[in-house]
Amino acid sequence: LLPYLSDHWRAQMVQRGMRELDTIAYPANAPITARPDWRAGTDKAGSSLDRVRAEALDPFSTSIAICHCLYGVQALHSEDMAAAFARAVNQWIASEWLDREPRLRASIVVPTQNVEMAVDEIEHWAADRRFVQVLVLASGDALLGKRQYWPIYAAALRHGLPIGIHAGSAYHNPNTAAGWASTVTEDYVGQAQSFQSQLTSLICEGVFSKFPTLQVVLLESGFTWLAPHMWRLTKYWRGLRPEIPWVQRAPSEIVRDNVRLTLQPVDAPPDTDQLHRMIDHMGSDRLLLFSTDYPHWQFDGTDAMPAGLSPDLTRRILIDNALETYARLRETGP
Amino acid sequence: MNVDVLNRGPVAAVSNTRLAVADCDIHPVIRSLRESLYPYLLSRWRHHLETYGMSQRVAYQDGAPPYPKGTPNAARRDSWPPGGAPGTDLDFMRAQHLDANNVAFAVCNPLMPSGQGFANPQLSAAMCHATNEWQKYALIARERRLRASVVVPYEDTAASVAEIELRAGDPDFAQVLLLSRTAEPLGQPRYRPIFEAAVRAGLPVAIHAFGYGGSPITSGGWPSYYIEEMAGHSQNSQALLSSLVIEGVFESLPSLRVIIVEAGFAWLPALCARLDKHWLRMRDETPELRRLPSEYIREQVWLTTQPMEEPETHEHLHDIIDWIGWDRLLFASDYPHWDFDDPATALPLRLTEEQRQKFFLDNARALYGMA
Repeated sequence: LLPYLSDHWRAQMVQRGMRELDTIAYPANAPITARPDWRAGTDKAGSSLDRVRAEALDPFSTSIAICHCLYGVQALHSEDMAAAFARAVNQWIASEWLDREPRLRASIVVPTQNVEMAVDEIEHWAADRRFVQVLVLASGDALLGKRQYWPIYAAALRHGLPIGIHAGSAYHNPNTAAGWASTVTEDYVGQAQSFQSQLTSLICEGVFSKFPTLQVVLLESGFTWLAPHMWRLTKYWRGLRPEIPWVQRAPSEIVRDNVRLTLQPVDAPPDTDQLHRMIDHMGSDRLLLFSTDYPHWQFDGTDAMPAGLSPDLTRRILIDNALETYARLRETGP
Repeated sequence: MNVDVLNRGPVAAVSNTRLAVADCDIHPVIRSLRESLYPYLLSRWRHHLETYGMSQRVAYQDGAPPYPKGTPNAARRDSWPPGGAPGTDLDFMRAQHLDANNVAFAVCNPLMPSGQGFANPQLSAAMCHATNEWQKYALIARERRLRASVVVPYEDTAASVAEIELRAGDPDFAQVLLLSRTAEPLGQPRYRPIFEAAVRAGLPVAIHAFGYGGSPITSGGWPSYYIEEMAGHSQNSQALLSSLVIEGVFESLPSLRVIIVEAGFAWLPALCARLDKHWLRMRDETPELRRLPSEYIREQVWLTTQPMEEPETHEHLHDIIDWIGWDRLLFASDYPHWDFDDPATALPLRLTEEQRQKFFLDNARALYGMA
């Protein structure tokens, strides 16, 4: 990133002996971080365009792929440094990936530590149609429904950009809903609960009441938890809605209109019948967007799609749902 | 539905037509500290309570909730007995709930102010002990359908173990009670002796949603609303159950039985699938585990049913219970709280007689060893 940082920040990095901002969510050698065959012969899986073409795009006949750069920008405590790094990451993505591979699109990394700076970052890149989404993490300083974040959603909506919430944490709060976990396994499993909490927050604070056309995409969230969570939240909404009178529709309806989830990881038992029923419980074929989660190790070979889905649902997951969600993907088509 | 709380008539008469139920989560409440707990507290603690009050890791005196409840005392509007607060009048509870709903036995889970989660560990231990004495003499001695929980000051492991050992072998006590919002995830080593003591005493460990351990109920900070706190209990319980499994509590204590109380249950199949998948991928991180996470859960975890999730398509709930196992859910009403589940209407599914019997009564009988 040094070439993309200003003189000031380059000097700061050197003077202060800063190291890489690699997040502990994906420890370098942990199995989740990279599939063995995608890791082979390289320092960092997914770090070369040729490998990405050969491993992530060609084998899946992918016509468009959206990149999410998970660099520890949002975990910094300095707002200024976070903004500088967000700009550098986005510039790096534009110059070294989007300029060189027409199938790639990207999400705008924003410094959520400071909402004004995050909005500035969106405004800076909005004219570049290859940026198709705004990227935030599943756990930050405050829950994403809070009013302080709404200018980010207003800016995203102004430019036709969905909000993508990706697994990961700033680690500014304990990393699970029960406190600091001991293991990477608990941390990663707990990401699903982080998404549940964020969905609760976005709905209850009224984000979708204020911005009824805002699209939120949950990235690497798992999806089999969604239906039971919406049953619970909708039941409580019936009992407690006087507390949040701005939420006029059932949370389960809001989710079907405004929230999408990426496919991988498929957190389901080996029994495919149970998976099919879990998908059926979600109550809509519009919710899932195909993803490989490359280079994370979620499946082997090219078996990213669960077996036995209907042709209609398969087409929705592979193509239609993404085109409906991302206005900017419709401009070029698959 | 509107309930006229001021001019209501006598509570419903006993219904002999109703299936007998075991109610695995009811909340009797002390009439007052002075009347109910002072007899079991040293003068030092009586003085402390009157001078310094109770600090429960929340901002307000005597533990007033930072997320104000949906109703006064979080109670059903019709559960206020004449001249007292909900849950404080045993005769009223008998008539309104135990008799009316044909409750064969009910497990008492005393909540605030039971002493659990107090910032002052000595006061916490003294209050928990007093709460147990109160349950034994004010409740169980007077109503044999009730069973008590061993309320323990879980942030003080040694005091918790001592309280469990004191109650071991006393048939008035059916389980050890923890709250879910502990200072650290419950699988961590500091809490292990509590689970070991429960196993030695032959008691299951019930982990009831609520409490305040000091950290937010989400991994992304504090929510704004009571509805978020209520919905959040299920994320908190998913995380603590993950901790118990991954830290090896079930592996090291194969006869431990854990009950997740008032956190819902429909989330369990998805959590099991996620635990299995990602534990298998990273199993070299916790090589002491010898079985799939879902296998420990299938054999050693029970869940109470209230507040029951309500899918738009009722049959989806049937799928969920099929996946969890019909022998693992324990009916609970949460009396006298506002989100009470009525046994007559709470499970709107077509069931076999065996399924209904297990769900409402037999699973609890087997778990608690009740005739």
